[in-house]
Amino acid sequence: MRVLRSETMPLRLKDDIVLARQLVRARAVEAGFSLVDQTRLVTAASEVARNTVDHGGGGTMTVELVSNDRGDTGLRLTFDDHGPGIPDMELALRDGYTTRGGLGLGLGGARRLVNEFEISSEPGMGTRVVVVRWR
Amino acid sequence: MPGPMDRIPILRLGDCLLVTIQVEMHDGLALALLDDLANAVVEHGARGVLIDISSVQVVDSFIGRMLGDIAATCRLLDAETVVVGMRPSVAITLTELGISLPKVHTAVTAEQGMRLLESARSESQEPSAQ
Repeated sequence: MRVLRSETMPLRLKDDIVLARQLVRARAVEAGFSLVDQTRLVTAASEVARNTVDHGGGGTMTVELVSNDRGDTGLRLTFDDHGPGIPDMELALRDGYTTRGGLGLGLGGARRLVNEFEISSEPGMGTRVVVVRWR
Repeated sequence: MPGPMDRIPILRLGDCLLVTIQVEMHDGLALALLDDLANAVVEHGARGVLIDISSVQVVDSFIGRMLGDIAATCRLLDAETVVVGMRPSVAITLTELGISLPKVHTAVTAEQGMRLLESARSESQEPSAQ
């Protein structure tokens, strides 16, 4: 995967979730995504960014315009935090699972809105979520 | 930093309350709307709440849950809620996300939404009228 452009923004406060949505939307529009795909990507970003802010104690989001060998263009979003980590990954991705009284659709729901979804977490070290949507 | 942009205005039309969401919904704004609507329903004795989300580009699980909570809360306070103007892209994404908002009435236009509120109201009044 080739990175054509990369930028990183902080995710510290609840309001940063809105800024993250705006940045992802702007880049998705520039990359020529359809309206539905823009909405999927922005919604997925909102879900994961909220996880970073609420559970990870804040972190960063990196937005990258990427291309692959077949010449496809996509957006890759990487969310990093240095929070407590996720002890049980399978449980965290299960629909309906929540520790904060939400619907529990955050991470599992975000996974359904993108083409690629990777999550890695080490207890005490933090969590990284990488999502890709191809155009 | 509370400011004038931290509240979504609520308008009264007869015994209905109208809300048009025209700004990007941040979490605090959604929570404040639930609070304000619940209070306004009681204060004005409103029987219906119409929420226009035609300008809203993204409804994630948090905002989706808030719409469901508003409908459930207002129903406890004897008011029906209808959400109007949802964009097709938002409906597709919400469904894929796993949110179907079963307890929230929806309509395509505000006019249809008002009719839906009127019919819900007359149905709820029928038993006592007989």
